Amino acid sequence: MLLTRRSALTTVAAATTLPLIRRARAQGAPIRIGVMNDQSGPYTNTTGVTSVVCAKQALEDFGVATKGMNVEVISADHQNKPDLAVSIARQWFDRDGVDVLLDVPTSSVALALQSVVREKNKVYLNVGAATSALTGSQCSPNFIHWTYDTYMLSKSTGGAMVKAGGDTWFFMTADYAFGKQLQSDTSDLIVKAGGKVLGSALYPFPETTDFSSFLVQAQASGAKVLGLANAGGDTINSIKQAAEFGINKSMKIAGLLMFVNDVHALGLDIAQGLNLTESFYWDMNEGTRAFTKRVLPKTPKNYPNSIHAGCYSATLHYLKTVADMGAVEVRKDGVATVNRMKAMPVEDELFGKSKIREDGRNLVPAYLFEVKKPSESKGPWDYYNLKVTTSGEDVYRPLADGHCSFVKT
Amino acid sequence: MIMIFGIPGPLLFGQLLLGLINGAFYAMLSLGLAVIFGMLNIINFAHGALFMMGAFASWMLLDYAGIGYFPALILAPLLVGAFGIFLEKTIISRLYKLDHLYGLLLTFGLSLVIEGLFRNAYGSSGLPYRIPAILQGAFNLGFMYLPIYRGWVVVAALVVCISTWAIIEKTSLGATLRAATENAPLVQAFGVNVPRLITLTYGGGVALAAFAGVLAAPIYSVNPNMGTNFINTVFAVVVIGGMGSIMGSILTGFGLGVVEGLCKVFYPQASATVVFVVMVIVLLVRPRGLFGKAA
Repeated sequence: MLLTRRSALTTVAAATTLPLIRRARAQGAPIRIGVMNDQSGPYTNTTGVTSVVCAKQALEDFGVATKGMNVEVISADHQNKPDLAVSIARQWFDRDGVDVLLDVPTSSVALALQSVVREKNKVYLNVGAATSALTGSQCSPNFIHWTYDTYMLSKSTGGAMVKAGGDTWFFMTADYAFGKQLQSDTSDLIVKAGGKVLGSALYPFPETTDFSSFLVQAQASGAKVLGLANAGGDTINSIKQAAEFGINKSMKIAGLLMFVNDVHALGLDIAQGLNLTESFYWDMNEGTRAFTKRVLPKTPKNYPNSIHAGCYSATLHYLKTVADMGAVEVRKDGVATVNRMKAMPVEDELFGKSKIREDGRNLVPAYLFEVKKPSESKGPWDYYNLKVTTSGEDVYRPLADGHCSFVKT
Repeated sequence: MIMIFGIPGPLLFGQLLLGLINGAFYAMLSLGLAVIFGMLNIINFAHGALFMMGAFASWMLLDYAGIGYFPALILAPLLVGAFGIFLEKTIISRLYKLDHLYGLLLTFGLSLVIEGLFRNAYGSSGLPYRIPAILQGAFNLGFMYLPIYRGWVVVAALVVCISTWAIIEKTSLGATLRAATENAPLVQAFGVNVPRLITLTYGGGVALAAFAGVLAAPIYSVNPNMGTNFINTVFAVVVIGGMGSIMGSILTGFGLGVVEGLCKVFYPQASATVVFVVMVIVLLVRPRGLFGKAA
């Protein structure tokens, strides 16, 4: 092919200006929020795409476009594998210019990412993982834990059950970081309140689908309460099978980590009467209903739970911080950004007002719900009656008890 | 109270019984696998996904068409069996001349595709499916509560397993089937349509998986991953029983259910592993499996 002089000139001109254009784009590169969660496994409905939708909704509601901000949300499936999650995170930080890591359910995965985010000095807003070690022995100055943790679940659900006379417990526990932490947090609380733990069965996770043996052991123990230190499909199966063995009549069942999506999967005829704790319910007030109405068209089969709402709330608060500090400063220093987020009061229509503590714990209130009877439910996903509200200051582990290394007590 | 190895007797009996119930699922699934392997020489990794489809089919029949549990017990295996025949005709039949490994890879891929499609359409939390009213409630056996439904599962599984065994071992159809596996060209020379026989065998094996799926629907939540949890154990059962041995897989299925049940009392953490420990021992001592014929 013959090059004409003109085309040769344009090529050279393009070649010399291209790097300039690239540089200009890099300066105005968007702030990227990376939502990493389970999009194909047991926690798909409790986190998954609905979390991504809610984070994007926060961008829309904050009006990033009209304010002239350049923010993007990207997402990935970590398949509940810590090694995979770490490699995605490194790629996001090193190559894709991600500034914030959001959601990240599954305690083992969430813990594995703590050091990566710290090393890269980015921002880590965890909503989906449960373990209270994230703001305790494994805490980090780059980290905020948004809507719940194992301590809060055990205090709200466990505390209420002991108070109501359920003072002897048998645990069915998923044999990994989260289940063990949840069992030990709840056991401490039961013992402190004068109750007793009569036994527990640590079952292999995630291979176990049949819980009948453990249920029969629980029944034989004579305990008043069956504590389920598990999550997702395991909890659903445990409760279903407990109903089959008539255990829901002879013992009280405490689903220590349950979401509205789990209740939906169980159906009200089996789930009715269960006590559980969440920090958000779509039908709480005007604000939560309006929010649900906005996101539902984008996730029609899955109503938002407290994790999804937390992703919205965390993103919104982060955007406020960006507006306050400026995009350049925010991108430069993760710790400084997190410190500013802690200093600024948190407020939105889903959780009301709250405060982020020094160790990264966001102190939102916890609500103890009882699942409605089928006859009380009036529409789709009308599942909860509110029983007890505990303030964030009361329901989370006291700062000094967490032994977080960078907190001066 | 009688104590056995430091465990109260009644609790132990209860666990034995529960083990038998779980064994019923292992037996039904491994039976289908053994039939398919014996006749087609295909290691059907899609078995778990087809089991899951059986559960989903019964849920869909109820939800979309209002058809209850008992009709679903017949209809769901027929529907899923027909799907199996479609798979065999269009894809699997192309692999008979190749090494086992290709069949394994193909069916493994198929199971990923099927599960992915269901996950996409129905999410992963699972869907509720109720125990039919007539089978609700529990018997008090003195040493434990036996849910009526679980008792029904054991009975249904036993009936299906024994009939399948009888059809293959005791009828002329079964004899033709067995002959076709031994020497297909010769049987074909007698005027038997061997490819059709093989297609129907695959359909039958798949229908067995779907039947187990319908039985499982009210116990476990109907979700796209329900087959994956079972399939590894079931493969171990087939290996322990001896590849292709019909009675072997039935007996091993029930037996390993009991072994697993006992492990759940003494050391629950290992209950998912114990079957594989048995498998390793059997492979070391008797590589062709407990009931397998020498090659």
